[in-house]
Amino acid sequence: ITRKPETSNCAPALSQREFLPAYLHCIPLSPPSASASASAFVLARFNRARAARMTLPHFVCETPLFMPVGTQGVLKRLDVTSSKHSPVDGSPMLLTPEESIQIQNKIGADIIMALDDVVKTTTTGPRIGEAMYRTIRWIDRCIAAHQRPDEQNLFAIVQGGLDPVLRDICVKALTKRNLPGYAIGGLAGGEDKDSFWRVVAQCTAALPEDKPRYVMGVGYPLDIVVCSALGADMYDCVYPTRTARFGSALTPEGVLKLRHKAMAEDTRPVDPTCACMVCRTYSRAYIHSLVTKDAMGSQLLSYHNLYYMLQLSRDLHYSIIQGRFPEFVCDFLKKMFPNGDVPKWVCNAMEVAEIDIGAC
Amino acid sequence: MTLAFPVAMKFAVKTWSNGKARAGQLQLGSCPSPMETPALLLSTRKGLPLFISPDLLPDLPYPDSALLHVSPLHFVETMSPNIISKLGGLNQMLGLHRHAFAAFPRDSVQCLPEFDSSNKLGASFDTPSGRRLIKPVDYMELICSLKPSLWATLADEVPGWVSDHRNKASVDRTVKWLDDCISQSPASGAVFGAIVGGSDKEQRKRCALEVSKRNISGFGFGESMDDRPALLNEVTDHLPGERPRLISGLGLPEEVLQGVAAGIDLFDSSYIYHLTLGGFALTFPLDLLNLAEEFPEKTMGIDQSKINLKATVYRKDTGPIVEGCVCYTCRNHTRAYINHLLNVHEMLAQILLEIHNTHHYLGFFQAIRSAIKEDKFERFCDMFLQKRRDHLTAAVAVGA
Repeated sequence: ITRKPETSNCAPALSQREFLPAYLHCIPLSPPSASASASAFVLARFNRARAARMTLPHFVCETPLFMPVGTQGVLKRLDVTSSKHSPVDGSPMLLTPEESIQIQNKIGADIIMALDDVVKTTTTGPRIGEAMYRTIRWIDRCIAAHQRPDEQNLFAIVQGGLDPVLRDICVKALTKRNLPGYAIGGLAGGEDKDSFWRVVAQCTAALPEDKPRYVMGVGYPLDIVVCSALGADMYDCVYPTRTARFGSALTPEGVLKLRHKAMAEDTRPVDPTCACMVCRTYSRAYIHSLVTKDAMGSQLLSYHNLYYMLQLSRDLHYSIIQGRFPEFVCDFLKKMFPNGDVPKWVCNAMEVAEIDIGAC
Repeated sequence: MTLAFPVAMKFAVKTWSNGKARAGQLQLGSCPSPMETPALLLSTRKGLPLFISPDLLPDLPYPDSALLHVSPLHFVETMSPNIISKLGGLNQMLGLHRHAFAAFPRDSVQCLPEFDSSNKLGASFDTPSGRRLIKPVDYMELICSLKPSLWATLADEVPGWVSDHRNKASVDRTVKWLDDCISQSPASGAVFGAIVGGSDKEQRKRCALEVSKRNISGFGFGESMDDRPALLNEVTDHLPGERPRLISGLGLPEEVLQGVAAGIDLFDSSYIYHLTLGGFALTFPLDLLNLAEEFPEKTMGIDQSKINLKATVYRKDTGPIVEGCVCYTCRNHTRAYINHLLNVHEMLAQILLEIHNTHHYLGFFQAIRSAIKEDKFERFCDMFLQKRRDHLTAAVAVGA
């Protein structure tokens, strides 16, 4: 597979970096022992939230960062792979940690994921603990099997369901292995939001400060803002592209359903505040005529939705750097909940994150 | 009889071949550069390609790729003429300011004429919104809101095998609608008069003459005809030489060559669409005249025209579709990758294939124009058809 260096799409305007108020400080990364191929440099913080710059073999990116999902090798942007997907013919297969790492070594992505044992968050009983301990045993096998530690960064995945005790054991054990980065797995599976944010909060508090934290399967823009406030850095989700295929666009006010009859006469762009190619060129009325009928409709909305997510990433990053993260969060929530009905779980999470959203 | 407009379109024949094929230059209102003919109209759905992302359109050869076919019927019940007008017409609505739109109802894939349901009031079509009777006044309302660079009048299109009575009626209606449409012409946009007549030479001639009388360009239908060259010639013989001729429905390479040989300048085609959906990529050599002269044996027995990227033989093929092709797909991706995409049913396969096939087919038209300019068009046709036959003969021989 031929690969070309991707240019950063994260608005690397250096003038933005000059904004470093006195009370913020940069935290240099201590050289990780398990890999020499990535360096993350936290540029600024706001309480638990961090804005960092990650230098990888094929890419330099700024976090918080949303990564589009590249299932089956399509839509690659930042090259992250995991090899959890079943074979394309649908037959079940057993994947060992060694095989998983071997495949990922061949694919050559900058970040590779350890094989973990994931259970549904709705699971109860000893299965959760079994999965968590297995994940720890497997990380050592993954580390041993990894043939390219100088070029590919192996991230471990924290499991433990919704049980804080199990999560704590897992975080401590994985941290001991001193890996280039850590993912928080086993979430984004239908658990209630109140449980979800608490697990993220616990993990981000316990994981090493100088390593990236990747919350897998997240997600909705609101979830990303909350998790970033709690100290997470990276995200992935099928949501933006999947919802595009159903004719929905992501906007600051929430989800816009282009299939709705009212769109047929609406000459405005999908999001008047968005600078993407789709919003600069097409009207809601035109896209309405395409959605669910022509493939181009899905394409245009996917394009916009991904741009929206990357713009959100950029906004999070720079608002932290410029010391106006709470203002950004407030503004974000005001637009999404103009009647002030911010969900309770968000309020609770922001309290723990020490971000004052009282004004909204 | 009103004539539509002054200078929406300029056309001039630059080279006449020994036969009726001609190479010309077409200047259309919205397109900054003149286009060379014979030329291909690219297929669209509601004005945008089926798969090629709009941001990749500039990557196609230009101005070859400037002419886009749109069927007004795509907008029936999805966008009102009112809203289309508010959005400024096609070029404005789609942000395509370097392209020219050619609007006519027939779309070989989605909008096919349903002659049984047509009557004196209008032509019936099967559209994405169902079967619709399109009256001239409604058709013209759409044309006026879309503001295409060129458009064809409404026709009662019938297949070649209908009764003489029905065929004659189709010409009568088409001529009447010709005048209905012209009388409601938009302020800009070149009008092409529709020419029908089925397999009846006399009717074809009559229709062509009526269009000629109104001093507009001719638009013919290329549905499969037994005696196509004779019918085509019957039409083009009775159209003014200095005006462009557009035909809808002659899409395959051999059909295009027949059309060019009869003096036709503009073609729409569903060939690229069908290839793309089938997972095929065009590979036939374009530099026919030189290639065949040097290496006559080299190309015997292989289907030089296209490859089916779904085939397992391409699973590990790390080459581009065509070595040396400068299209986006061949510059960035391999046969193996497209094979993978097809196998996992990813839409990116269609995007990449449409790009390559469009690029390649535009190259075919470029080769036709070069051959005409060098006065080698007949030889070009012979070489092309010979290659196709060679492949079939060899395949039969192997099978036997």
